[in-house]
Amino acid sequence: MPALQDADPLVAMERTGRRDTPRLDLALLVVGLVILWQAGTFLLGREALPSPLTTLAKLATIVGDEDFPRHAWETGRAFLTALVIALLAGLAAGLALGASRLSGEVAEPVLTALYSIPKITLYPVILLLFGLGISAKIAFGVIHGIIPVILFTMNAVRNIRPVYLRSARAMRLTTAQTAATIIVPAALPEIVSGFRIGFALTLLGTLIGEMFASQRGIGYMLVKAMETSDTATVMALALLLVVFATLSSAALLWLDRRLRRHALTS
Amino acid sequence: MSADHLRLTGVTRIYPPVEGHGAVHALGPVDLALRQGEFFSVVGPSGCGKSTLLDVIAGLARASAGTIAFEGRTIAGEVPDGIGVVFQEDASFPWLSAFDNAAFALRRAGVPEAEVRERVTHTLNFMGLMSFAGAFPAQLSGGMRQRLCIARTLVTRPRLLLLDEPFGALDQQTRLLMGDELLKLWRETGATILLITHSLDEAALLSDRIGVMSARPGVFIDLVETGWPRQRDSRIVSQAAFGEVTGRLWAALRDQSIKALAMAS
Amino acid sequence: MTRAGWIRLFLIAAALCLLEAACRLGYVSRDAVIPPTVMLQGTWRAIASEEIRADVLLTLQNVLLSLGLSLVAGTAGGLLLHRTPRLRRALDPLLASYYAVPTFVFYPLFIVLFGLNRWPLVAIGFLFAVVAVIINTLDGLARIPRALVRTAAVMRLTRAQYFVHIILPAAAPWLFTGAKFAVAYSFIGVIAGEFVVSGAGMGHAIAFAYNSFDNRMMYGLIVLLFVLVGGINTLLWTWERRLYARLAGR
Repeated sequence: MPALQDADPLVAMERTGRRDTPRLDLALLVVGLVILWQAGTFLLGREALPSPLTTLAKLATIVGDEDFPRHAWETGRAFLTALVIALLAGLAAGLALGASRLSGEVAEPVLTALYSIPKITLYPVILLLFGLGISAKIAFGVIHGIIPVILFTMNAVRNIRPVYLRSARAMRLTTAQTAATIIVPAALPEIVSGFRIGFALTLLGTLIGEMFASQRGIGYMLVKAMETSDTATVMALALLLVVFATLSSAALLWLDRRLRRHALTS
Repeated sequence: MSADHLRLTGVTRIYPPVEGHGAVHALGPVDLALRQGEFFSVVGPSGCGKSTLLDVIAGLARASAGTIAFEGRTIAGEVPDGIGVVFQEDASFPWLSAFDNAAFALRRAGVPEAEVRERVTHTLNFMGLMSFAGAFPAQLSGGMRQRLCIARTLVTRPRLLLLDEPFGALDQQTRLLMGDELLKLWRETGATILLITHSLDEAALLSDRIGVMSARPGVFIDLVETGWPRQRDSRIVSQAAFGEVTGRLWAALRDQSIKALAMAS
Repeated sequence: MTRAGWIRLFLIAAALCLLEAACRLGYVSRDAVIPPTVMLQGTWRAIASEEIRADVLLTLQNVLLSLGLSLVAGTAGGLLLHRTPRLRRALDPLLASYYAVPTFVFYPLFIVLFGLNRWPLVAIGFLFAVVAVIINTLDGLARIPRALVRTAAVMRLTRAQYFVHIILPAAAPWLFTGAKFAVAYSFIGVIAGEFVVSGAGMGHAIAFAYNSFDNRMMYGLIVLLFVLVGGINTLLWTWERRLYARLAGR
C-alpha cells in the first residue's frame, strides 16, 4: 500500500522521472511556456497579465531597488530559522516515533490528518499566540514544513529492511552502533526526500506568514502588490520565487540522487 | 557435554498470542547434537520451523523451553561470540562498497585497520570477489551479493556458521557451484556448519548429516548420515549413493509436505 | 478498535483536557486560545447560524468543483504524459518545485479572467490539486506490472477494455492516493483563496471572525472545518482500507 508519503508529489516525481532530464528538452519546454505566456498577454491584456519582457524588466527594477536586500534578508532570515527548526525537530520526532511500531501506528493517522488540514486556518491561532512579527512567520513556516519531515523520517525508520537489523544483532552490535552505522545510512535516502518536501513547504509557509503578519519581506511585497493591483510586481515576484524554488529544488534533487546512488531499489 | 560443539535439548518455541491469532507452537521439542566441524543440513516442508530453529540457535530468539549449549555455554536470547549467520534475504548494505561491507563487522568490533584489510582481502580473494572490492551491491548480481554476505560473515572467523536458505534466490546451476564454494570454505575454516535448505539435492550433496523436520510444530523425524568423504564436490551427484540419500529424505518428507500444504490453505 | 486506536483516543482526550485546564486556570491567555468547551459552543453557534451554513455550503461546492475538475484533468494529464515520456522528463524539475510557490498570488489574474465569483477560487483549488493527481496517476501507470500488460495484449483487448479492466484496477491504489491529495489540496486552495480575498465561504468567515475579535466564532469555525475535513478523510481512509484488504487478500 503506497503510504501517503510515497505518493506525495515531490517524491513521486522522483520515481517517475528516473533518468536525468535532457537539457535540450527542458530548454524547449521553457521556451514553449514563455510563448504561451506571451500569448496569454495578448489574449488577456497587459494589465491583467504582463508580458514576459515587462515582468523581467520589473524584476530587474525590484532587485536593483535599495530596499530589496532588506526585504530579501527579512524573508531569508525567517525562512532559514523555520527550516532549521522544522528539519531538526522533525527528524528527532520522526526517529522517536519510528523507533517503535506502536508509536508509529498511534501517531500516523494524527499526522496525516494534520497534513491534510488547510494550515492557513491555523493562521489566526498562530497570530494570537505569537503576535505580529517574525516569530509568527517562523511558526507558520515550521507548521507547514515539520509534518512531512516527521512522516518521511518515521516511514524511513519503519521501512528499514528487517534483515539489516537482524544482521546487526547477529554481528552483536550495540544499540548505538546499530543506530549510527545501519539505521542512519539505511534510512537516509528517504529522510532526505522528506527534507526536500519540508524545504518547499517551509518556504511556502514562511511566505504566507509574511503575507499576513509582516510589514517587511517578500511576502509583504507580494500582498501589497496584490492589493494595489500592481500585477507587474506580482508577476515579477512570482517569477523570482519560481526561479528560486526551482534552483533549490534542483540542488536538493541532485543531493538526493547522489545519496540514492547506492540504493538497490528506488 | 563431551565434544559436542552445539547441543540442543528439548528446545521448543511457542509464539505468544497476538491480536486475532492464538499462540503458535512453531518448533520442537528438538534434540540435536552437532560435532565440531560437522556439516549439518536441515530439510523440512514450508513453515515447519526451520528458520525459527536457526533464530533460536543464533540467539536471535529465545527458546520457550529447553536448553541450547554452544561450546559448553548456554545460549539464552543473546548472540554469542563465534557464531556467524547468513540470512535468506540479501543483507548486503547498499551504501557500502563490497570491501567495506566485508570489513563492517570487524571494524565495529574495533579490530585494527591493518588487520582488517589483511583479513578482508584474504577472504574476498578466497571467495573470488576481490576484483569487485570497490563495487557497490547495486552493481553486483544476486549471486555475488549472497557471496558477499557469506564473505562478511566469514571474515569474523565464526566457529559455527548458520545459513538460512542462502542460495534460495539463485538458479540451480549457480546453486551447485555455490555449494562447491561452501564446501571449499568449510574445509579451509574447519567451522561447524548448519545449513537450512528446502532443496533435498543440496542437503544430500553437501552434508555429513541431514536432519529431516516434520511439519509444524517442527521436530526431527529422521537423521540421515551420508558418509561422504571430506574432499567432495558437486560431482558426487552422479554416484548411486546420492540417489539413495535423496530417496530416503523424500520418503521421510513426502507425507510431511502434504500435511504442510494442507495446513497452509 | 485496535490497541493503537485506544491509545490515540486517550492521548487526544488527555491533550484536550490539558488545554481546557490550561485555559481555565489562566496559563494561556484568553485572548489567544479559548478552552475547548467554549470552542464547541462556538461551533454550535456557527452551525445554528443560517449565514454560516450558507458559507459552508458555498465552500463545499467550490471544493467539489475543484475536486471534480482536478480529478478529470489530472487523470487525463497523467495518461497523456505517460504516453509522452520526453515531455514528462522535461517537466520533472518544474513539477518538483511547483508546490513551493504560493499559487494564489495568481488570484487577481483569475479575477480578471473569470470575474468576481466562485471561479477564481475553484481555479486556485484546481491548480493546487491537479498536479498531485497527475503525479500519482503517472506513478500508478508506471507500476502496472508488465505481465498484466502482456496478458491484455494476448487476450487482444480493445483500448477501452484495456483502460477499464486493466489500467483502472491495477493503478487504483495510486489513483486513490491522488484523489486523497486532490481532496486535501482542493480544501487548502479554496479556503486559502477565501481567506485572502473573498466575501463569502468558510475561509472568509474565519477571517471575518478574527478581524472582529470574535474568538469564540473563529475557533468554532476552525473546529467545524477540522471536523469536516477529518470526516471526509476518515471516509476516504475507510474506503481505501477496504479496497486494500481485498487486494491483499485479507
